[in-house]
Amino acid sequence: MADVQLLTTPVSELRRLLSNRAISSVELTRAFLKQIEASNSQLNAVVTICADHALQQAALADEQLGRGEVASLTGVPLLHKDIFCTEGIRTTCGSRMLAEFTPAYNATVVNKLQSAGAVTLGKCNMDEFAMGSSNETSFFGTVKNPWDLDCVPGGSSGGSAAAIAAGMAPLATGTDTGGSIRQPASLCGITGLKPTYGRVSRLGIIAFASSLDQAGPMARTAEDCALALAAMAGVDGGDSTSADRQVPDFHGALSTDIQGLRIGLPKQFFNDDLDDQVRTRVSEALAELEKAGATLVEIDLPHSHYAIATYYVIAPAEASANLARYDGVRFGHRCDDPQDLEDLYLRSRSEGFGEEVQRRILVGTYALSAGFYDAYFNKAQQVRRVITEDFHRAFEQVDVIAGPSAPGVAFPFGAKQQDPIAMYMEDIYTLAVNLAGLPGLSTPAGFINGMPVGLQLIGRPFDEQTILNMAHRLQTDTDWHMSHPKLGDLAS
Amino acid sequence: MSVSPQDVEKVALLARLTISESELQEVTERFSRVLNLVDELNTIDTTDVVPMSNPHDMEQRLRSDEVTRRNNRDALMASAPSQEQGYFLVPKVID
Repeated sequence: MADVQLLTTPVSELRRLLSNRAISSVELTRAFLKQIEASNSQLNAVVTICADHALQQAALADEQLGRGEVASLTGVPLLHKDIFCTEGIRTTCGSRMLAEFTPAYNATVVNKLQSAGAVTLGKCNMDEFAMGSSNETSFFGTVKNPWDLDCVPGGSSGGSAAAIAAGMAPLATGTDTGGSIRQPASLCGITGLKPTYGRVSRLGIIAFASSLDQAGPMARTAEDCALALAAMAGVDGGDSTSADRQVPDFHGALSTDIQGLRIGLPKQFFNDDLDDQVRTRVSEALAELEKAGATLVEIDLPHSHYAIATYYVIAPAEASANLARYDGVRFGHRCDDPQDLEDLYLRSRSEGFGEEVQRRILVGTYALSAGFYDAYFNKAQQVRRVITEDFHRAFEQVDVIAGPSAPGVAFPFGAKQQDPIAMYMEDIYTLAVNLAGLPGLSTPAGFINGMPVGLQLIGRPFDEQTILNMAHRLQTDTDWHMSHPKLGDLAS
Repeated sequence: MSVSPQDVEKVALLARLTISESELQEVTERFSRVLNLVDELNTIDTTDVVPMSNPHDMEQRLRSDEVTRRNNRDALMASAPSQEQGYFLVPKVID
């Protein structure tokens, strides 16, 4: 069916079709809206569909294309993770707390992508407040993995990842605090990039852990991620942690030349704990890069073992502070008939937040409370520096660090939900990258029993270009990234 | 380190969360497991290591104290669960 081909076409090619006027943005937008309508009842990847809004934006894009005014994403449809504030469009963050919340402003990322000409199709489901690795904590129900409907899509940007894999959009935004772009990208067989901390403005992104949160693109190809990152990135007066750095033309500078680049393989990632089948797939992908001229070098990240403990102090501590704003007074859920102000706070928060969010608030509050601050929060911030210095030392010898994106393939619903620690281990290869503020991406590296595996590439601070180039080269030499699950209900 | 149900109740109050009697035991157990995980931090020597709060050790950037945003009070107030004449309504605080 022609539709299937269109729905799995990369953004880079859709741009060509749009600028050649081979297809209009309205036609393209209709095709993706139709696919969302057809498959969302099965996948639950999208929580809000903005058909009218999208068709208006698409009509405007067609006028611009007609006048030859082409920006980098003019007329390209996309989905936003429901953590990005969208003016006039409900923004839930996967929580009952914000189930009725309609922001009065756009996130900077939303404005920037809009200025680049992109068309917003809707908002993607996610783990509540981005806390989870399976999309099972969403108030709006789990998202299903399009490769196997009995399995999770990963999280927290699981809706975005599942939507790309299922041809509901060619491009989506995600956020990554400990692996939330890379792990679902790996489990759904797509490409996802977490930029360097500070590369993309956090203004209007509902805060989870402010020193770790970073937004990035999720798409079928590294080339598409390069296009989208160039549109999303840049310093923002509204986010004092955004980096005042020149944004390279990631797409224009994209190259398949990786001759002579050195790839570090941390022995701590490839130890006996690594699943044999994941090791095989990741090694095959690395062998492709070696064939293309890169050199593989074993490296040592001696403190990477401490990343989980460090993360599960810092992230909950920052979350407990950030989520203190949900008080049932100014916005968000309010309980019925509060007896007094205390009752209003207690019941609004306990009703509005789900179990995992409450657990993290409790742990974070404990880590910041009198008598425990030094033992937990301060200590974790010290270990964070030790972990970060390991990376900086490694980057004196190598240009890129590689490893698995996740410890395995997508797992069945419920498999890890009863044990918070088992779930936290899903991010064992990704967390340290957030602690050190480095860019990281996941690119498809083949399959285990029909389920996708991801290769993670980690770059030097602000060097997204090198990991994009490397992924682009891999995607030039292999076609794992172009495999897609059977797209459901495409009849008519 | 493990915590008692009383510790959990105290932290819950600080965080303005309620935990029902029936859930308390399980919440305490899961809370203790997370603390056991993070207790691993005590096995690493961090004498003289400066705590890191920003991965690039970036300093706070300040801007000049000027009004930069339009006043959109009405749009923002529209998100309040209960309001009247531009004020947030809460249960009576002072008798």
